[in-house]
Amino acid sequence: MNRNMNAFQYGQQELAQFRRRVLFAAIGVFLLSGALLANLVHLQVFLHEYYSTRAESNRISLSPIVPNRGNITDRNGVVLARNYSAFTLEITPDQTRDLEATIDALSELIDIQAKDRRRFKRLLEEAKTFESIPIRTRLTDEEVARFTARRYLFPGVDVKARLFRQYPEGALAAHAIGYISRINDNDLAWIEQEADKYPERNISYKGTSLIGKIGLEKQYEFELHGVTGHEQIEVDAAGRAVRMLSHTAPIPGNNLVLTLDAALQRTAEAAFGQRRGALVALDPNNGAVLALVSTPAFDPNLFVDGIRFDDWDELNANPDKPMLNRAIYSAYPPGSTFKPLMALAALSQGRRKTSHTISDPGFFSFGGRIFMDDKIGGHGSVDMLKSIIVSCNTYYYHLANDLGIDAIARFMGEVGLGARTGIDIPGESEGVLPSPEWKARRFKSREQQKWYAGETISVGIGQGYNAYTPLQMAHALANVLNHGRVFTPHLVDAVTESGTGAARRVSAQPARQISLDPDHVDFIKRAMAGVNKEGTGARAFAGAPYTSGGKTGTAQVYSLKGQRYAGQSKERLRDHSWFVAFAPLEEPRIVVAALVENGGFGSQSAAPIARQVFDHYLLGKNSDGPAPEADALPPAISPAGAQHAVLP
Amino acid sequence: MLFYLRRQVSRIRAHLDMPLFVLVLLLMGVGLATVYSATHSAGVGRLDKQIVNMLIALAFMLAAAQVAPQKIMRLALPFYLLGLVLLIGVALFGVTVNGSRRWLSLVVVNIQPSEIMKIAMPMMLAWFFHNCEPEPRLKHFAIAAGILLLPTLLILKQPDLGTSLLVGAAGFLVIFFAGLSWKIILGAMFSAIAALPLVWSFVLHDYQRRRILTLFDPASDPLGAGYHIIQSSIAIGSGGVLGKGWLKGTQTHLEFIPEKHTDFIFAVLSEEWGLLGGSLLLVLFIALVGRGLMIAVAAPTLFSRLLAAAISLMLFLYAFVNMGMVSGILPVVGVPLPFISYGGTALVTLSIGVGILMSIRTHRTLGKK
Repeated sequence: MNRNMNAFQYGQQELAQFRRRVLFAAIGVFLLSGALLANLVHLQVFLHEYYSTRAESNRISLSPIVPNRGNITDRNGVVLARNYSAFTLEITPDQTRDLEATIDALSELIDIQAKDRRRFKRLLEEAKTFESIPIRTRLTDEEVARFTARRYLFPGVDVKARLFRQYPEGALAAHAIGYISRINDNDLAWIEQEADKYPERNISYKGTSLIGKIGLEKQYEFELHGVTGHEQIEVDAAGRAVRMLSHTAPIPGNNLVLTLDAALQRTAEAAFGQRRGALVALDPNNGAVLALVSTPAFDPNLFVDGIRFDDWDELNANPDKPMLNRAIYSAYPPGSTFKPLMALAALSQGRRKTSHTISDPGFFSFGGRIFMDDKIGGHGSVDMLKSIIVSCNTYYYHLANDLGIDAIARFMGEVGLGARTGIDIPGESEGVLPSPEWKARRFKSREQQKWYAGETISVGIGQGYNAYTPLQMAHALANVLNHGRVFTPHLVDAVTESGTGAARRVSAQPARQISLDPDHVDFIKRAMAGVNKEGTGARAFAGAPYTSGGKTGTAQVYSLKGQRYAGQSKERLRDHSWFVAFAPLEEPRIVVAALVENGGFGSQSAAPIARQVFDHYLLGKNSDGPAPEADALPPAISPAGAQHAVLP
Repeated sequence: MLFYLRRQVSRIRAHLDMPLFVLVLLLMGVGLATVYSATHSAGVGRLDKQIVNMLIALAFMLAAAQVAPQKIMRLALPFYLLGLVLLIGVALFGVTVNGSRRWLSLVVVNIQPSEIMKIAMPMMLAWFFHNCEPEPRLKHFAIAAGILLLPTLLILKQPDLGTSLLVGAAGFLVIFFAGLSWKIILGAMFSAIAALPLVWSFVLHDYQRRRILTLFDPASDPLGAGYHIIQSSIAIGSGGVLGKGWLKGTQTHLEFIPEKHTDFIFAVLSEEWGLLGGSLLLVLFIALVGRGLMIAVAAPTLFSRLLAAAISLMLFLYAFVNMGMVSGILPVVGVPLPFISYGGTALVTLSIGVGILMSIRTHRTLGKK
């Protein structure tokens, strides 16, 4: 009974406890359900938009379609830069489990060399992992077939048809055309900046891996590139395309039609032979660049694939500096080519009449110093015409002294020296137009900042601090011949749209006007014609069936501070040879400024080059070889060499 | 003959608990629709197979409902021992699938003994407490702990973390309902927490540790273990309140959701039916548990009370663990969603569980008559 009572009591107690525990469990169920529900609300209400976007980006793969880059042709349609299609083997690191193993396995099928691996590694560091990166370029058909048959073994590896840039003429006009190469961080910043500046132009470089680095390829990058198209593709989790959702075709880049004449360019480059130097040929009537030479040059094709280290080292280590664009960047003292401009300055400012005559004793003494002429005993009685034809230093010592540095600088600045011409390729330098202001800017110490009157005198014959690029010299001469109408030099004649063929011509309106008296200009032309007829240019232009004018110049080799190039061979200490010229005399169609580094006298090496260029341009004569060196004229003393030794 | 059939039908109907039956049918209906959506694009005839699975499961459920609780109680010990022997067999001669030994290859079928334990464990413990006279003392609870731990550890060693936790939980629920004092429960919980570092370094396998780690930061391994959680979260989140519509889930149909017709089917359902669908499903499960607990409270014997309560909560726990892991608040442990996920084994086990609930409910009523 007792036991039963206990059992009964226990039963009641047990039941009550059980019910409490069930209640507790029920509360637990509700709490856990609440937690679950709260999490679902969190995901499906508050994070809904975020996850929707992720689901969409999961689902939709936006793949860019890179537009064809525009071609570059010369004025006659000769192709200087174009694209060709080739197959590349590419790996998307994201979709590949073990990169090393994959590449090893691929190399069983396809020839993959150590340099390919090195380049891949370098590109991998720069690229994002979801981009496909080339491991081998220019596959042969057989290699394509071999890989395609085993493609299923290589997830994330694919053969792609890619367009490659090609410069069919190789090194021809390389400095003008430039090259394209792998986009780097600086380029990305540039693209971003450009895209911000012109939002309407729809600049997108998704999928594009190459960009213009120098020359026209850089200057006209955003014309040449085109507008990137894109495809929206629905993909499954394995990355397989399920269907295409939308397709926006790319717009191919615009083509560039140049003012450059490839045949003329070839003749000009050939005329230099192995010599270092530069040449700029302009059409004075509109500023069109007919030839732009800087030798030695380089083969832009080397850069397209990502230049190999040894090629790059070779280009950089070369003492001849093939990557240097001498035509627009290197500034040289103009030497005697400066004299026609000095004469024009004097005429324009009314400080000389052409008839003004001096008696040249062979030197000019100033402030206790002697400035030598290049002819011992002097040229005798010299008027302005003769001063140019015989290149009389003494005449210009006087003239510079009379004009004064401020007047010289003002006039030279006016005709276009000492400033960028605005040619349509990057990397132009300003050169040096010396003046007291320039000196004050250029130097730090008070002592150096002071302008000495003696310095004006050497400026007068194109030496001293004077330094101009071949482009500036050609431009200045063209401006004079044009009676002061200044055209901005330009390499591109027209930008044409690939699809429609519609052409946008580069404006041929003069940028500004310099006031010059036509009589003065005619006088300068006559004087320069005299140079080619009976003066320092006569030997180079002997027998030319056209009329022309020119002026030789010889630039002394030393740096601005008067130090000589250290450790260079004797050849490198020879003076630079200048020649500026135009033809024909009456209606000039071509202006040339040519410079041969360490070429000695202007008459000796630069003038014959100009002759070949003129012969080609005016007569259609092809002479694809180095221009002969004309016999050196016999001056016994190196021009102005002596007087500089006595300058402060 | 006809008379006989009709009598059989009425007998079966007599042991049918309508609310449970309707709830299970609703859940299975949702399951079929979702399995169809998850698999039709693959072009595999999963739907027919799943219908067959469900019919078999329903048959087991109705059969279990016919067995009186007293008989079930008598089966408890042999059933448990059978499970234990098979588990030991698995440990010694099991077939290795996917790196773990879970299956025992018999001549005809491969059976998974841990599945038997899901039911045998609560049965055994309910039987054990039922036979503690007059009331369970501490030593009984100690023995119960042994009954619980032995198979649980065997399953953990297979290794199958998810099932061992669920089998352990089923046993623990019985002990809890049997009245284990809170002091001991809390004490055990604290010592369990204290033992976690030991379990972490000596018991858990690498892949289990990784799963738990990636739970806390799925983004740390987006292409590996975290991929499942990230993709299912995207599916659920992108479903929004109303869902993308049946058969229209992009995550599902573009194969972004792994195991989408089995363990991760809740992601499919949530993507296509949204928060609305997910919460309705949750309501169905709560109703199922609620009905089960009502049956437990009204059950006449200690054995049936304990068993009914434990089975009810187990059903909820399975659903909770599955939804929790798919929606990213619990580690991925490989538990199917009851009555929804594709697959026969778990479906049959759970149906038997529901059948037992029905039996407890209906035999009590009949007994009263």
